[in-house]
Amino acid sequence: MMDLIGPEEWQALGLSLRVAFWATLCSLPFAVLAAYALSRWRFPGRGLLNVAVHLPLVLPPVVTGYLLLLGFGRNGMVGGWLDETFGLVLAFRWTGAALAAAVMGFPLMVRAIWLSLDAVDRRLEEASGTLGAPPWRVFLTVTLPLTLPGVLAGAMLAFAKAMGEFGATITFVSNIPGETRTLASAIYTFLQVPGGEGAVGVLVGVSIAVSMIALIGAEALSRALARRIGTAE
Amino acid sequence: MSLLVDIGHGFGGFTLEAAFEAPEGVTALFGRSGAGKTTLVNAVAGLLRPERGRIDLDGEVLFDSAAGVCLKPHRRRIGYVFQEGRLFPHLTVAGNLAYPARVTGRKADAAETARVVEMLGIGALLERRPGALSGGEKQRVAVGRALLSAPRMLLMDEPLAALDAERKAEILPYLERLRDEMRLPILYVSHALDEVARLATTVVLLAEGRVVRAGPAEALFADPDLAPRFGLREAGALLTGEVVAHHPDGLSELRVSGGTLLLPRVQAAEGQRLRVRIEAQDVILSRHRPEGLSALNILPAVVVALKQGEGPGVIAQLRAGEDVILARLTRRSAEALDLAPGRSCHAIVKSVAVARGDIGRV
Repeated sequence: MMDLIGPEEWQALGLSLRVAFWATLCSLPFAVLAAYALSRWRFPGRGLLNVAVHLPLVLPPVVTGYLLLLGFGRNGMVGGWLDETFGLVLAFRWTGAALAAAVMGFPLMVRAIWLSLDAVDRRLEEASGTLGAPPWRVFLTVTLPLTLPGVLAGAMLAFAKAMGEFGATITFVSNIPGETRTLASAIYTFLQVPGGEGAVGVLVGVSIAVSMIALIGAEALSRALARRIGTAE
Repeated sequence: MSLLVDIGHGFGGFTLEAAFEAPEGVTALFGRSGAGKTTLVNAVAGLLRPERGRIDLDGEVLFDSAAGVCLKPHRRRIGYVFQEGRLFPHLTVAGNLAYPARVTGRKADAAETARVVEMLGIGALLERRPGALSGGEKQRVAVGRALLSAPRMLLMDEPLAALDAERKAEILPYLERLRDEMRLPILYVSHALDEVARLATTVVLLAEGRVVRAGPAEALFADPDLAPRFGLREAGALLTGEVVAHHPDGLSELRVSGGTLLLPRVQAAEGQRLRVRIEAQDVILSRHRPEGLSALNILPAVVVALKQGEGPGVIAQLRAGEDVILARLTRRSAEALDLAPGRSCHAIVKSVAVARGDIGRV
């Protein structure tokens, strides 16, 4: 099995894992915040936030990638600013691939967290307040622990989405070996090459294996968490 | 320590306009469902902002609509025991008890925790999760958790309503201890008269969002005019006495101001003061001291007042020594006995008519 996977394939796998990991980790706090705002607050612009969060789900990925290129490219508004201020370049870098993956996975993550926030018993939060907890403590000690299975499910979905992201990624950061050639891009590349079917088969197998492991792991973790917080009964 | 409440609030065609004072001890908010009891305690806790009024705890203003003051719940230091317990499912019993200290950044007081755990008898439950507790155990833990938040007063919203009679009987003595050992005002919401008779030092009678009457429990229970409010089948005066003997035939003797009462065996040491509710419908009246009667308790009494009901019934208010007894009888009987204020008579109570749940410590 190991012999079947060449250095190029290893590189694509490693890059995909790295991109998916950072995409998931960095978008998590924003997703929790967005989900909390959508679940708990009524404010002007709530509808707009809802639409914005869900946009990547319905837009063609190519369009999302193009918009990212416009905004976060070197000449883009945000991209230029990031470059000047932090020296952070996203376009055609693996960090850009992570951004694209994060944006594409964001709606899935927010929806999962939002659902589990809605399911939290608000009366427990009230009880926490009467015991002396200021609102931020209520969130950290009651709301968040009870939402954890949903957060985990959302993170898992976003990770899986990031592992497989193709359209927005290739539009925004292209398909550069070792930099932005993720598993999906690599499969696409080998498909373009005569005699690349062998490599494609291997990469497809790897993709399936990674997804399965992540799914099973998340499921087990989620069950353990649910048992811990007593919602499994 | 005392709580002053004077608030008004309207919602969904219902208006609450209530003013009362809750001194130290248990103040029972008594009334039917929908009388506004929970709205009142939620306003005191800060979970609901009333439209107008003022709430003052021991000189500190918690809420004042005129001055625009409304303290957040976490700044009020008022313990709240909810009907459904509301324990945190993701924490053990010990975690729930430690929670108030954890979220307020105080160091948990081990001695205080041990005392509360002992008082509520929850030492064996500490490692368990709320999902593995019975209803009565949950409520005891909820009481403990509220006590460990260093509260200046306690709110209890029908803490026993979800429990069956057996669990209720199990937890009531703990609440009596709480009342007697903690010098806190306790606002106790209930629509169960037996709980109120057991625990209350002060009663606030609520109906349709208004305070019908407020005052010492003994005075309200002894008022024949309020009997319909309490429920004619359940109304009855409270007698206070001291245990003087436990007889070998299973009876306990209680000395009250107007004589002695024999009751089914009470778990209380001699010398312990007890409060007994004698239901008005369990009292028989006789003009002369009866002979050859199976009932064991015959107290000489004087008629104070007669209250005519709408139906065929009359409630007689009697004085026996210092205590007041209510007796419910038909108008026909009252006329046959020629009862009138000032007449002397004898109040007869069967020992077994006094339910164990109606006997509480003072």
